Amino acid sequence: MTAAIRVEDLRKVYSSLTAVDGISFDVAAGEIFGVVGPNGAGKTTTIECLEGLRTPDGGSVRLWNLDPARDGRIVRERIGVQLQNSALPEDIRVWEALDLFSSYYRHPVPWGPLLERLGIAEKRRSAYAHLSGGEKQRLSIALALINDPDLVFLDELTTGLDPQARRSMWDLVRDIRRRGRTVFLTTHFMEEAEQLCDRVLVMDRGRIVALDSPENLVRTLGGETQVLFTVDGKCDLGRLEILPGVKRVAASGGRVTVTGSGDRLVALIVNALDAEGVNFRDLRSEHPNLEDVFLAVTGEVMRD
Amino acid sequence: MHGLLKLAWVEAKIYLRQPEAFFFTLVFPLLLLFLFGGIFGNKPHPLFGGRGTVDVSTPAYMALIIGSTGLISISIAVSGYREKGILRRYRATPLRPATILAAQVLVHYVMSLAGACLLVAAARLLFGLRFSGRMESVFAGFTLSCLSFFAAGFLLASLARNTRSAYILGMVIYFPNIFLSGATFPREIFPPVIRTISEALPITHVVSLLQGLWIGNPWSRHLTEVLVLVGILAAGVIISARVFRWE
Ligand SMILES: Nc1ncnc2c1ncn2[C@@H]1O[C@H](COP(=O)(O)OP(=O)(O)O)[C@@H](O)[C@H]1O
Ligand SMILES: [Mg+2]
Repeated sequence: MTAAIRVEDLRKVYSSLTAVDGISFDVAAGEIFGVVGPNGAGKTTTIECLEGLRTPDGGSVRLWNLDPARDGRIVRERIGVQLQNSALPEDIRVWEALDLFSSYYRHPVPWGPLLERLGIAEKRRSAYAHLSGGEKQRLSIALALINDPDLVFLDELTTGLDPQARRSMWDLVRDIRRRGRTVFLTTHFMEEAEQLCDRVLVMDRGRIVALDSPENLVRTLGGETQVLFTVDGKCDLGRLEILPGVKRVAASGGRVTVTGSGDRLVALIVNALDAEGVNFRDLRSEHPNLEDVFLAVTGEVMRD
Repeated sequence: MHGLLKLAWVEAKIYLRQPEAFFFTLVFPLLLLFLFGGIFGNKPHPLFGGRGTVDVSTPAYMALIIGSTGLISISIAVSGYREKGILRRYRATPLRPATILAAQVLVHYVMSLAGACLLVAAARLLFGLRFSGRMESVFAGFTLSCLSFFAAGFLLASLARNTRSAYILGMVIYFPNIFLSGATFPREIFPPVIRTISEALPITHVVSLLQGLWIGNPWSRHLTEVLVLVGILAAGVIISARVFRWE
């Protein structure tokens, strides 16, 4: 895999505050790469250094071996950008915005089909001010895709959207990747990163606290799985305690909670209960998620 | 070049959809003309050296257009675009940063010119406006004044923290300028004290340059005005270039 992005020891300081504090990572072509972290973690600063909108105070940033701060125009010809805090003029019509942005690039794609794909074709004559939050986001993605970019930056794509709109944004992002493009996104929703990203960089206070696939992060750092079920009648809990991977077994009334780890935990417990002839029901398991990972590595609850 | 024209074209459409900018540049000067022209007519008057009220007011109203475009429209447009992150969005494309600002200058210049043409046409048709200067001189004087005041507008946008303060700053400078400069009322009717204050206002120099060129004065009689306007232009460009913020 060739690296689309290469970041080495990136630092950015605002007067006294170090917003990004020496981070390094690579992003492979074709990946959906996510940066997650609470507000103020330094996600926007990082993404905007990659886009060439901010100049790093230290370290280096390369997009296909180009420096976005120096070779800005060549880089911007090949990237698509959705900014966290940006807008269009209130009175611009959707089609005018697309037409205008098309004229900035050497090889724009026809914007009609793009609007169809993003589901805002019927809004083409609407003024920007009259669009809903979700429609504005769709338009902003359409503008980010108008030059058929190799690499798309999406900063807090779904913040402020309702769950349904959020899910349809996820489909759009998957669709971008399916077309062979690289996606670099930031989010402060752990679930979003987990659902969408091939690799996740967990960031806090300008530093990297973890970087891996969501599955690996959860497996190695997420802590324990809980298996809960209800038993009718008597049950020898001692048989469960000696199963491999099980750490604790607790029961109150007929409700049993087994805490442990390992991919086969649920299967082992079910098999053991069957072998004992125990009558159990309502079995469910609670797996750790990225939220737990964040708690485990930073000692803090992820604030929304 | 294509990028500039396209952006300017879209910005022009957006401009015309905003009633307030449209009103001050294109409608308000006409209303003044109808009002004062209607009251005083355009009969030759000794106070104006044998010219009529409309003959003297029309070039002065041009200064009014330039003042409101430069001090209010441009600075609000630019600081509003900055505040909403529109400038940043444009900057994330291959467009050159200078092009983004040049498009604003172009649109506001064309709109000011349109306002001035509309004004002259109305004054001629309704009040028999007299003109004894040279077209190209007036055009050059108008253009210099625009550039100078647009530079001042960029300076305001650079200094103002946000759109609100740009607006307030613009108003605070604009109103004394238009009332005391002779842009709305002929300076000839001012008492001496006010006339002295008037001399110190930048827009007074636009008024007297355009009035002079309108009656065919040579440029050599307006060196002070030209110097002041070029000075504002230079200061505006140089300082803005240093302190202008994209976000
Ligand atoms: N232009 C700026 N000037 C000063 N401080 C800033 C600026 N932009 C961001 N910051 C600060 O830098 C830190 C990181 O901000 P940001 O990169 O926006 O984080 P995130 O996108 O993860 O919420 C925050 O503490 C923020 O207040
Ligand atoms: Mg952010």
